[in-house]
Amino acid sequence: MQTPMLKFIFYTLLILFGLLAPLVVYPVFMMKLLCFALFACAFNLLIGYTGLLSFGHAAFLGGAGYVSGYLMRDMFWSPEMGILAGTAFGAFIAWVMGSLAIRRQGIYFTMITLALSQMLYFLWLQASFTGGEDGLQGVPRGQLLGFLDLNNDLTLYYTVLVIFLFGFGVIHRTIHSPFGHVLRAIKENEARTISLGYDVNRYKLLVFVLSGALAGMAGATKVLVLGFETLTDAHWSTSGLVVLMTLVGGLGTVLGPILGAFFIVLLENKMGEIGLAISQATGLEWFASLGESVTIVTGLIFVICVLMFRRGMVGELLHRTSIKGSP
Amino acid sequence: MEIFGIALSAILSQLLLGLVNGSFYAMLSLGLAVIFGLLNVINFAHGAMFMMGAMVTWMGLTYFNLSYWTMLLLAPLLVGVVGMVIEKTMLQWLYKLDHLYGLLLTFGVTLMIEGIFRLIYGSSGLSYSVPESLEGATDLGFMFLPNYRAWVVVASLFVCFATWFVIEKTKLGAYLRAGTENPRLVEAFGVNVPLMVTLTYGFGVALAAFAGVLAAPVYQVAPLMGSNLIIVVFAVVVIGGMGSIMGSILTGLGLGVIEGFTKVFYPEASSTVVFIIMALVLWFRPAGLFGKEK
Repeated sequence: MQTPMLKFIFYTLLILFGLLAPLVVYPVFMMKLLCFALFACAFNLLIGYTGLLSFGHAAFLGGAGYVSGYLMRDMFWSPEMGILAGTAFGAFIAWVMGSLAIRRQGIYFTMITLALSQMLYFLWLQASFTGGEDGLQGVPRGQLLGFLDLNNDLTLYYTVLVIFLFGFGVIHRTIHSPFGHVLRAIKENEARTISLGYDVNRYKLLVFVLSGALAGMAGATKVLVLGFETLTDAHWSTSGLVVLMTLVGGLGTVLGPILGAFFIVLLENKMGEIGLAISQATGLEWFASLGESVTIVTGLIFVICVLMFRRGMVGELLHRTSIKGSP
Repeated sequence: MEIFGIALSAILSQLLLGLVNGSFYAMLSLGLAVIFGLLNVINFAHGAMFMMGAMVTWMGLTYFNLSYWTMLLLAPLLVGVVGMVIEKTMLQWLYKLDHLYGLLLTFGVTLMIEGIFRLIYGSSGLSYSVPESLEGATDLGFMFLPNYRAWVVVASLFVCFATWFVIEKTKLGAYLRAGTENPRLVEAFGVNVPLMVTLTYGFGVALAAFAGVLAAPVYQVAPLMGSNLIIVVFAVVVIGGMGSIMGSILTGLGLGVIEGFTKVFYPEASSTVVFIIMALVLWFRPAGLFGKEK
């Protein structure tokens, strides 16, 4: 079968899965998965297609979550305006952070994004409206466009699905556009791209802002779904987590980050149960405490991925099938 | 005596605390710079190694009744060995790849080490008391100088300058600098570069552990004590640039002092001042204070 046909069938199946999923899976959990999947896709736009490793993406997720949560709870903004505001805020801090970070290359870029997101973390910790350690609680779901009641889990689910598909569509469009090709040229060889006459820094800043805006959209949607925002989302460990999601799924693959996000969120939520099951099956008591040691397992997956699984799940799959296909 | 309505003694004591923090920044950023020079790896695990230095010191006293002074030697050695094992088993496979994989690997290692210690000791701090011979304070006439803090500053300055001397003025240091410039050529001269790389990583990490031992009586000894510190140290490295050893030392100390002053005059900004300075430096002098634009 031809590739476009295969792709069409594949995407149709995927959307079908998205539409039917809440019948089998608890909708709120599924929505959380979608938010993190969008977050990881936005992150992948930088690392996978431009070769920029940001270690500060938690700033967009958490920052947008706080801002839109505050606007929806205390200023009575409608959900759609709240999410728009979160997206705009994500874009704004990405613009500030990006303008500073693109002044240095490579590993320095990463350290700058990490440091600036830590600065924002301290700001949220000290600001009064964020509720400090307790978090911003009790964000109402409200009425979408004035008539869709989001307190119904299914209505909210399909809203979130539409938001996710919109974000995914934007990313898909970006990487297949001429703009996306310049980004890939920057990733492959920055010096040569400059010598070809492209203003590399402008491209970098633009893609950074786009990535920050979409990550902000994910954060704002997440606060609408869960009804609260905590400091965890703005912490550097969340920045690390999104790196891991993308790495596990496959850097620079379209679907990798989604798969990776599903895998990591499932792992974080179900680790206790998995541990109990293993300890019952093997009789080793140590596994029963697996739930408390999520970070150890996350760290271990990181190390394994970096050492021997750098293509990630989707990347590995593509690599194997393409070898089989070629003569 | 008062300055802007704040007692001079309060300012001086914050200044000293700033110097103490600054010496930790200096030692950690120095270790990062030495490792980056030869390995091209930004060692995220540096904070975890600092924590391990403090933790091992606490464990030595609690389980084996080993004194502070014994641990001051033993802890860096132990952590240095752990570092060399990490380099030999994991890091050495990544040198041919993009720098970011080294950062990601050491990030994973950090999560594992912190997770293991947290599983055993919980997140709350353990206290470690100041060794008897350094208890108390000396009256300088205008302020009381806590002996232990003075010792931390003196000891770390000594270690920093000793490192500077070895790297800049000895034959061993010449090999190291040559290895930073062109490892293949140095290897052709018969120097065992892989061994040198392993030892360098071990040394850099031991430096972090030494700082950890010094920090044990100053801060609470806790599994997460290193991870917030390392991000500030990254900012220090961005400000100073990693090209110069002396630059790392001076930037570390200077920023510690500025942080100390901020605590006196505008405490709200004390946790963010280093990041603000980083942003300013990036805006006006993108290559960093001591850096060379590559």
